[in-house]
Amino acid sequence: MEFLSYLISGISLGSVYAIIALGYTMVYGIAKMLNFAHGDVIMIGGYVSFCAMFYLGLPNIVAVLMAVVVCTVLGIVIERLAYKPLRSAPSLAVLITAIGVSYFLQNSALLIWKAAARSYPPVVTGAVKIFGGKLTVSYISLLTISACVVIMIALTLFVSKSKMGKAMRACSEDKAAAQLMGINVNATISATFAIGSALAAIAGVLLCSFNTSLMPTTGSMPGIKAFTAAVFGGIGSIPGAFLGGLLLGIIEAMAKAYISTNLANSIVFAVLIVVLLVKPAGLLGKYVPEKV
Amino acid sequence: MTKKMKQFNSLKKTTRVDFATYFGVIAAFVIVTVLQSNGSLKRSVIGLLVPICCYMSMAVSLNLTVGILGELSLGHAGFMSVGAFSGIVVSQSLAGLIPNGPVRLALSMFVGALLAALVGLLIGTPVLRLQGDYLAIVTLAFGEIIKELINCLIIGCDEKGLHFVFNLSGNKTVDDLGLSANGTAIIKGAQGATGTATIASFTAGFILVMLTLFVVLNLTRSRAGRAIMAIRDNHIAAQAIGLNLTKYKLLAFVTSAALAGAAGALFGLNYSSLQATKFNFNLSILVLVFVVLGGLGNIWGSLIAAAALTILPEALRQFADFRMLIYAIVLIFVMLATNNPQAKAFIKKLLPHRRAAEKED
Repeated sequence: MEFLSYLISGISLGSVYAIIALGYTMVYGIAKMLNFAHGDVIMIGGYVSFCAMFYLGLPNIVAVLMAVVVCTVLGIVIERLAYKPLRSAPSLAVLITAIGVSYFLQNSALLIWKAAARSYPPVVTGAVKIFGGKLTVSYISLLTISACVVIMIALTLFVSKSKMGKAMRACSEDKAAAQLMGINVNATISATFAIGSALAAIAGVLLCSFNTSLMPTTGSMPGIKAFTAAVFGGIGSIPGAFLGGLLLGIIEAMAKAYISTNLANSIVFAVLIVVLLVKPAGLLGKYVPEKV
Repeated sequence: MTKKMKQFNSLKKTTRVDFATYFGVIAAFVIVTVLQSNGSLKRSVIGLLVPICCYMSMAVSLNLTVGILGELSLGHAGFMSVGAFSGIVVSQSLAGLIPNGPVRLALSMFVGALLAALVGLLIGTPVLRLQGDYLAIVTLAFGEIIKELINCLIIGCDEKGLHFVFNLSGNKTVDDLGLSANGTAIIKGAQGATGTATIASFTAGFILVMLTLFVVLNLTRSRAGRAIMAIRDNHIAAQAIGLNLTKYKLLAFVTSAALAGAAGALFGLNYSSLQATKFNFNLSILVLVFVVLGGLGNIWGSLIAAAALTILPEALRQFADFRMLIYAIVLIFVMLATNNPQAKAFIKKLLPHRRAAEKED
């Protein structure tokens, strides 16, 4: 029973990572950039929903929608102002700009909402008892897991079936060729950032509900871990991000429960390193040999 | 004098730049020392002198990995951390044996560099097989692992030698070391190293920067350095002409780690209290920002960027809460401006000799 409850908390934590990693992986797949500001968009999503619930007194579902809208707009604005002028710049320049955006968001949040941690009540409360009350599963865990599965399926369908999804895949394959086929590359990249940021907002609400606290640095560590998860599953691959996120969450929960709380992150990262050494393109990533 | 000038001008351009870099660092050291003895430097700036030297050394050494070897490393702070804590252990445990501060500092920095090089070798051997963003994420992971491991370390010292406890469960304390009555705890797990004798000095920092420059510049201009740059530019072509990729990659990576370790030891001995969490991902990124802003592969650029960006938050102190925000905006704008074709053309116009050189081509 104890094992099961650790497993469930691992899966729900992993689901949050997976949702963040999906955003990371989509942006990476198309823009070929590590968007380090993604973690801070999560934090902004958390704060927006927090303010909507407590200062404006809106119902939870409206607050979540508001966070999604604000983060989507924020994602598009960031892409337009900071990343678009650097389309042809070396990747390190884009990376440093992304870090600059990350600092900017973190410090803006620090100024607006102050450094002290706010307590964030879960968007849904209560728990269900199964196995005659031996195992308690909170509704927020169930919500997180189902949200993650729904998002994963929706994204997979969107990318493989819709016109915009096809454009995204074409852009990630070869931008110049896609443009010649009449695809609006800039609009496609903006759409990808919009989707990634919307996912970040949802992840922000779920993450804060899970941790029941919120501060300006809330997003950074989950951001790094989700990035790890995306690489773990094979960056650029949607099922890979899902799998990587879930595995990462489970490993972290198990390491915390059975090995050491202090070394939980180290164990997660050590597993990542071993996986990458054995499968250099991640679990589900395509290995593309270099042509000479 | 004119003969000397002629000799200088007849040197290769890279050699001239290298000499100018050394000269610039020496000049900066002399000026700062004079200003300091005049008492015209603010206390806050004096406190920054040693960290600036450490960051300069870190930036130059990271430039070796990122700019010259061409591999993105996001875990440079990890090596600094290894150097810092091993340096602190050496310095604190030998305090009775070697009372002379500078000698102990030199020994600590040497041991710090040695251990960091060892860790670099351990990490580099498997990891340098990966490429691009995968290498970046693994170095990031190693940086985090080193941080957590040191966070769990408790080390004390008495007349019998060093005592180690590894705080895996999180409930061990200094008492578990079993120190004798006159033993002292040096590193106390999550509390970090406290009560360290601060023996770091600006002169030591200057020597460290000069040493780093000497090592990195000589390596870059040597046969091995040309091999490393060949690997950066095209690793398949480099392999085809018979270069041993692993050997040269490791050479650059381990040298970079060792220099970071020495810088870490100096950094650690500059503060009486230091936690492992100081050497986190953000510090690695900070050093990377120095390297990228200074220009990849450009050594003097790294030096200037490190000094300027360490002083910038201090200079913005009057803006209090807004200083990190301004820092972020400056960072974004500099990146946008330096990569903008119009801005690039404008800078080119400002540098007439470069335009003349291009016309000759």
